[in-house]
Amino acid sequence: MTAIEAPATAGAPPGVGRAPAARRRRRGPAASQWAAVGFAAPLLVYLILFYAYPLARNIDLSVHDYTIRAFVQGNAEFVGFEKYVEVFTSSTFPTALWNTAVFTVVSIVFQYAIGLALAVFFRSGFQLSGVLRAMFLVPWLLPLIVSASTWAWMLNSDNGIVNSVLAAFGAEQINWLTSPDTALVSVIIANIWLGIPFNLVILYSGLQNIPGEVYEAASLDGAGPWKQFWSITFPLLRPVSAITILLGLIYTLKVVDVIWIMTTGGPGDASTTFAIWSYREAFGTGQPDFSPAAAVGNLLILIALVFGFLHLQLQRRQEDS
Amino acid sequence: MTSLTTSPRPMRRAGGGLQRKPWWKTALGVVFTVLMLFPVYWMVNVSLTRTSDLRADPPHWFPWDPTFEGYTAVFGQQLPALGTSLLVGLGCVVLTVAIAAPAGYALALLNLRGGRTLNFLLLVAQMIPAVVMAMGFYAVYNSLGLLNTVGGLIVADSTVAVPFGVLLYTAFMSGIPRELLQAARVDGAGPWRTFRSIVLPVSRNSTLTVALFAFLWAWSDFIFASTLNRNGELIPITLGIYNYIGNNTTQWNAIMATAVVASVPATILLVVAQRYVAAGVTAGAVKD
Repeated sequence: MTAIEAPATAGAPPGVGRAPAARRRRRGPAASQWAAVGFAAPLLVYLILFYAYPLARNIDLSVHDYTIRAFVQGNAEFVGFEKYVEVFTSSTFPTALWNTAVFTVVSIVFQYAIGLALAVFFRSGFQLSGVLRAMFLVPWLLPLIVSASTWAWMLNSDNGIVNSVLAAFGAEQINWLTSPDTALVSVIIANIWLGIPFNLVILYSGLQNIPGEVYEAASLDGAGPWKQFWSITFPLLRPVSAITILLGLIYTLKVVDVIWIMTTGGPGDASTTFAIWSYREAFGTGQPDFSPAAAVGNLLILIALVFGFLHLQLQRRQEDS
Repeated sequence: MTSLTTSPRPMRRAGGGLQRKPWWKTALGVVFTVLMLFPVYWMVNVSLTRTSDLRADPPHWFPWDPTFEGYTAVFGQQLPALGTSLLVGLGCVVLTVAIAAPAGYALALLNLRGGRTLNFLLLVAQMIPAVVMAMGFYAVYNSLGLLNTVGGLIVADSTVAVPFGVLLYTAFMSGIPRELLQAARVDGAGPWRTFRSIVLPVSRNSTLTVALFAFLWAWSDFIFASTLNRNGELIPITLGIYNYIGNNTTQWNAIMATAVVASVPATILLVVAQRYVAAGVTAGAVKD
């Protein structure tokens, strides 16, 4: 193996004698391989200690019956897949599945559509467009708890600005966060707002890679802006769009902070997603129930991995082409 | 000729002339930005509103009669939390860079065997939800006695930044011209000296980017703080805000003031560091 990889690695300068080159080839790569391992060692140790081990503990949690007492004493009973069955048959399961799907899909559709529209708008170039585009990043930098609590206050039933504006148009008071009909909508609105900057940035950089000649040709052919968008921009942007949407999916599935701070998944289970469910079982109540929480968490990992592999496939295909 | 005219073209297309830039687009852009940033404005506005005016109907659109009572409360009560967040953020930066930079070097320039697998693992690692990590960490820390410690929180927070950091360093370092390393080797520099005196200085902008994100993520973290550090003596500012909301839902001006203060470092960092991130990537290392 080493010998085969060596020439590419060592890249011995031409003109060096055959024998010394051979010797260097054998010693060099071996030495540099040791160096490589040495430099990667902190990461390898880190991944084992702080990724593999917690994840293994998490699986361990999900196949035992960990109550808080068993947690302290360390004598939890092994129950196999019982906790998973419990999760699947729980009355929360269908609600959480539906909410996760709605939260994710609706968030992404709007984030993407608005992000793309803004990217095209900013790409057209006008005075101050750079500054304004930079300002669009602000929601992205704010700590999530900051944005979430701001939205919570804006959507407050009695004193929120949103209801106040709606009232000016004659609408009735909406109990955004406390009514089961609107809780999910509320957290989706906040989450769309949070995701727009990310979509804008990535799609804008995608737009920059579309050569201007294509548009010139199209406008010579008499295609208007609308036609140009659908026949040039959108198709050429497809690879970037795919990556943006997949990353959005992976990110949105994980969201805890925003929902937890605004509604804690309530009222009832009205805005409970898988991530919230897991968080609530483990840390959200006075009675931590780690085993089902871990089971839900592992389920979430599986879903995320499916999209993750899709993402890798897409990336690989893009690199190949 | 073509290559010269391509870049200004889109503008000309849109404006109908290079000189006449469409002012209505700027106006529209301002409107969009105002709409987008309205929640941020509202946060600042509420933070300056008097407690007696918080429940005014309709709400005050502008703090004509501003009060700093919210901010007084923040600096009276949340100063230790701000310090903790700073400590956690900086610790996370140091840990992340210390692990990610050498790993990137090994992956990008030393042809580490199994590098592709490692890269793949890092991509997968980024997809694991923080809730799940938090539970695992909780179990591990519980047995190690690391719950409610700043060190434990730093490590947990760094799990978000390390995979990102390694991937970023690897991508950047792969682009470092091999001649540069060859020259160092000819001069008799070993891998460590090459790393320290060539690769690391050349990668300065990557380091700034990684450090920036590691800091921001640690500073903004809520999940790890609320699970691993919930009963700690030193709580970060995110948890400070959260407890504030729980304890005193009437004083939204103080809550929003805390939120404003918590946003300041993030905003400053990005305004200041954007220049570095945008600055030419490998420019200046090798002339041709």
